[in-house]
Amino acid sequence: MTTIIHPENAAIEGIGEPCKRRAGVAGKTWRARGLSDRAIAWLFVAPTIALLLAINIFPLIWMIRLSFTSLNLSMSYLPLRFVGLDNFQDILTDEDVWARLQTTAQFVICSVALQVVVGFGLALLINRQFRSHSFWTTIILLPMMLSPAVVGNFWTLLFQPQIGPFNYLVSLFTGLPPSSFSMTGEVALAPWTIVLVDTWMWAPYVMLICLAGLRSIPDYIYEAAEVDRASSWRQFWSITLPMTVPFLMLAVLFRAIENFKMFDMVNLLTSGGPGSTTELVSITLKRAAFEKWRTGYSSALAIILFVTVFGAANIYVKALKRVKQR
Amino acid sequence: MSAIAKSNAHSIVEASPRAKAIAGTIVILYAVISILPLLWIVATAFKSQSDAIAYPPKVFFQPTLEGYVNLFTMRTRQTPDFIAKLPPPTTWYDKLVRQHDMVIAGPSKVVPRFINSLIIGFGSTFLAVFLGTLAAYAFSRFRIPLADDLLFFILSTRMMPPVAVAIPIYLMYRQLNLTDTRLGMILLYTAVNVSLAVWLLKGFIDEIPREYEEAALVDGYTRLQALRKVVLPQAVTGIAATAIFCLIFSWNEYAFAVLLTSGEAQTMPPFIPFIIGEGGQDWPAVAAATTLFVMPIVLFTVLLRKHLLRGITFGAVRK
Repeated sequence: MTTIIHPENAAIEGIGEPCKRRAGVAGKTWRARGLSDRAIAWLFVAPTIALLLAINIFPLIWMIRLSFTSLNLSMSYLPLRFVGLDNFQDILTDEDVWARLQTTAQFVICSVALQVVVGFGLALLINRQFRSHSFWTTIILLPMMLSPAVVGNFWTLLFQPQIGPFNYLVSLFTGLPPSSFSMTGEVALAPWTIVLVDTWMWAPYVMLICLAGLRSIPDYIYEAAEVDRASSWRQFWSITLPMTVPFLMLAVLFRAIENFKMFDMVNLLTSGGPGSTTELVSITLKRAAFEKWRTGYSSALAIILFVTVFGAANIYVKALKRVKQR
Repeated sequence: MSAIAKSNAHSIVEASPRAKAIAGTIVILYAVISILPLLWIVATAFKSQSDAIAYPPKVFFQPTLEGYVNLFTMRTRQTPDFIAKLPPPTTWYDKLVRQHDMVIAGPSKVVPRFINSLIIGFGSTFLAVFLGTLAAYAFSRFRIPLADDLLFFILSTRMMPPVAVAIPIYLMYRQLNLTDTRLGMILLYTAVNVSLAVWLLKGFIDEIPREYEEAALVDGYTRLQALRKVVLPQAVTGIAATAIFCLIFSWNEYAFAVLLTSGEAQTMPPFIPFIIGEGGQDWPAVAAATTLFVMPIVLFTVLLRKHLLRGITFGAVRK
């Protein structure tokens, strides 16, 4: 049986009060030398929290401070100058940034939608449990385990207009000369190319989660529907889909967050080009921070992105809670 | 009796043989198409330079180890006269290289990069799983104030865009002299992985009945002894699965690696795209590197199959 565990409730199922229990049962043998449960609990949690504070939170706070400055690392001899909210104002009034955000949104929506269609479709088919389905499922899962950067890199070979097998296959089926189009080099095609490769990689992810959803539906519900003579079309819409939606939602939110942050695969596949047609906001951020060295400006942009992702994460937790309550 | 058995069989729910056959055909077709790009790369690794860039793309070709030799060596181009004057080649790869009027000048950087990937991968995995096991045990067994908030905080650190995280890390590492060091990368990957480790391991430890430990405590074990001798042996599968997930993350990671390392501590992902030969990317060598790099992941995917769902959803969905 499959269950979705709500992250907030997951922690609550604690063991009453272990300290008391211990005092009651322990006696005064040599075990008394052992640490108290409270001490152990803190001792065990503290290193993780400390590491996260040092590597994540402290730098984040530093970045918030820098976002109010005009720091540029290529001119770091200049004294640190505080500019208030200027960076934020610059970003939010910059049409280019909005265009990059729009590119990112289009990429997220198209790729996640396609992954849902392909992933859910595959899950429905695999759930019919044909022979050797588990072997083929593993094969299908492989792409999502690979390094996105390495994937982006080797797809550039497959997409080479002259020598790449992708264009050659397309030309076999359509008759178009293989060198007449470039998947990564054309304004009209490149946005679809990154969607295609992302779907190739991550449709299996949606599939795996949907499969868990499908397998969580008890057989007796279908049996009851069959007794009531519900058509299989009707069964799909009133049983299969509603009962898989929580899982689907989980997959969509995970994918949406991940794709909003997308950097590695696209950076290697198109590096944002041609022009800026596939320049996702993470690539813009990388250029501002590590090519133009505009640290103050890019800190502000990073904070805007982080707030966006964090907002999405909160929606995700709330959505899961609602699912859990059903 | 047989009638009852029949009604219990899932005959209604199970797909008809025809439906199964159609489903099987479509899925297998998808699987084959989706694996083709990977197979193409594995094949390209065995192509000669000219076969790799031939038009039309070659499906059948004379396999050669040139790609692998090029991956592991640096070569210089020499005149045929110069090569003719050299003593005869002592190894098969010397011979292979000389056929192209080249001489091996030394080993390439691939081995140090591979070693970096291994050290950083295993180092950060070990630390993340160690810290994660302790924290997960505490979250699972003790009442910790604000446990939910702490758990959410731990998860939220994973949600930051890596490029955004890299900006302050870059500045901080510059101050601490950790830029382009293995230690710096290990610490960073540990911080990223520990959130996954805590969430996954908490799920695994939650599933171990408390009665075992309580029995051990009654028998006079301390908490730590109970953890070591009762809980850990029970959690070993979960710990192994978690470790593999952490290892895969560190192994595959690119954004931090490309922004924070340039040489000393560079791992494979930022290195592979820049394997260049004469006139651009040396595709057979790139493909060879990709093949070697991806192989452990394929193995791990097969090993992890049962736990894959849990790993990719941070333990939110389990079977």
